[in-house]
Amino acid sequence: MAKRGIKRDRKAGGYLLNLPPEERALLRSLPAQFREVLQTDDPSLRRIFPPAYMDDDDANDEFQRLMREELLEGKLAALAIVEKTAGADHLTGEQLEGWLGALESLRLFLGTQLDVTEETYAIELDPDDPSAPALALYSYLSWLQEQAVEALSSSL
Amino acid sequence: MSQTIEAPVEVRLPDEDNEHDHDRPWIVIVWNDPINLMSYVTFVLRKLFGFSVEEATKLMLQVHNDGKAVVSSGEKEKAEFDVARLHAHGLWATLRQD
Repeated sequence: MAKRGIKRDRKAGGYLLNLPPEERALLRSLPAQFREVLQTDDPSLRRIFPPAYMDDDDANDEFQRLMREELLEGKLAALAIVEKTAGADHLTGEQLEGWLGALESLRLFLGTQLDVTEETYAIELDPDDPSAPALALYSYLSWLQEQAVEALSSSL
Repeated sequence: MSQTIEAPVEVRLPDEDNEHDHDRPWIVIVWNDPINLMSYVTFVLRKLFGFSVEEATKLMLQVHNDGKAVVSSGEKEKAEFDVARLHAHGLWATLRQD
């Protein structure tokens, strides 16, 4: 049996998505929840809509006014791709780019909410920690994103 | 090629502060953050700017170790376009005049 994860399909082109049904079910359910959040002003979205100017609030407001909608549309489109293809065994390059983008947004949101640091990756999960489920989800999404990056990097 | 000057050229002395405003390029800076995977940052820099693996890895490590790196420069419009593309890929990027 092929290894769990995402691999380039060297025979047919595109990519092979090999995940157990429970992971697919989770990935299919995340976009709907996250789509709602994306359209709020939750402070944990600040890394998804970051400032473009460090010290110029006016320039930044103008940039946000022009760009935020387009940025949001891109994020929503990526989530829709994951929702639609969570059960697929084969993904096109374009679909996997959508997965990569959706995983990126989900991790940016969760990571900001959990206030992760570079050390977070090395810490063992404490089951009694109330944020343990969210940390477990974050680290699962990190693994899957790494899979997507590796697969896509091999075809750049 | 030569040009016939028919009228005296009006010379306007630039203000001291703005003397080189139009010459100074805008730079795009990518900032370190604890969320983005190193492999992902390298991938995005290769994809968006066409860097080789070596160049992209070097810039990614600069972001990781020094907290930031300049990844592109040029006219303001180009810098804004690059920042928007980096934001679309989740990287934390800002622009400023050099």
